[in-house]
Amino acid sequence: MKLSEIVRELNLKVESIANQDATIISAYASDLLSDVMGNAKAGQIWITMQTHKNVAAIASLKDIQAVVIINNGTPEKDMVMHAKNENVAVLITDLPCYEFCAALHKLINCEI
Amino acid sequence: MEYVFEINGGDFSSGGNASSTIKRALKERNVDPLVIKRIVVALFEAEINVVAHADHGTITVIIEEHQVQMFVKDFGPGIEDIELAMSEGYSTASDTVREMGFGAGMGLPNIKKNADVFEIESVKGLGTNAHIIIYLKND
Ligand SMILES: Nc1ncnc2c1ncn2[C@@H]1O[C@H](COP(=O)(O)OP(=O)(O)OP(=O)(O)O)[C@@H](O)[C@H]1O
Ligand SMILES: [Mg+2]
Repeated sequence: MKLSEIVRELNLKVESIANQDATIISAYASDLLSDVMGNAKAGQIWITMQTHKNVAAIASLKDIQAVVIINNGTPEKDMVMHAKNENVAVLITDLPCYEFCAALHKLINCEI
Repeated sequence: MEYVFEINGGDFSSGGNASSTIKRALKERNVDPLVIKRIVVALFEAEINVVAHADHGTITVIIEEHQVQMFVKDFGPGIEDIELAMSEGYSTASDTVREMGFGAGMGLPNIKKNADVFEIESVKGLGTNAHIIIYLKND
């Protein structure tokens, strides 16, 4: 499913997006950065409550397409700037982690 | 090709700069993306450990024809028990560092998983030296 459709269907607030047409087939949810470093896969969406610059750095290093910040969190300015430079989307949901994961899972799986 | 990076303890906003520079350099050389991924994970974890745990340090990355060598030398508290530090889940990270999402105790295990050679030595109260090698071609 296209990233832009996910944004629309799940009502995400967009802080930065340049890769609307990226195809998303899975996601990884974690707030532990070295867990993401070790286990997330390229092309995924990363769901987290972390909002600082290292999040954008890790997303870019791991070729993650988009970071979704849960609970209506506010990403720090330098996180958004770094993400923009590195072509990583930064999106915000007002849902908590479990609810967002469930909604995303349903959306992605319905398509298949 | 040799790259040298100076790392300052506590400077999280620069954390990852060495890794992204090296990632770009390896991409330009058309290194296998799967190998690039392993190098990036190992280098990032080593880099962040200097930021999170040491006073300051130097990372030297040498890209050779068949391998990438990373030398990570820092001055700081050092590691008293390396075997313990290498075990998954062990961390002495401060509360502030943990709030940022570091401190899972998975950094050194991540390096070990991704490296072809990983040597680490440390003197308590002085600092830590790590040497990581990842081969570019698997033959
Ligand atoms: N360069 C270093 N200087 C001093 N101590 C270190 C250094 N690198 C690692 N350590 C020690 O080893 C422990 C384990 O390191 P490791 O990278 O596995 O986990 P972490 O850094 O605590 O958390 P994570 O990497 O998962 O964010 C650290 O908590 C710290 O006590
Ligand atoms: Mg670490």
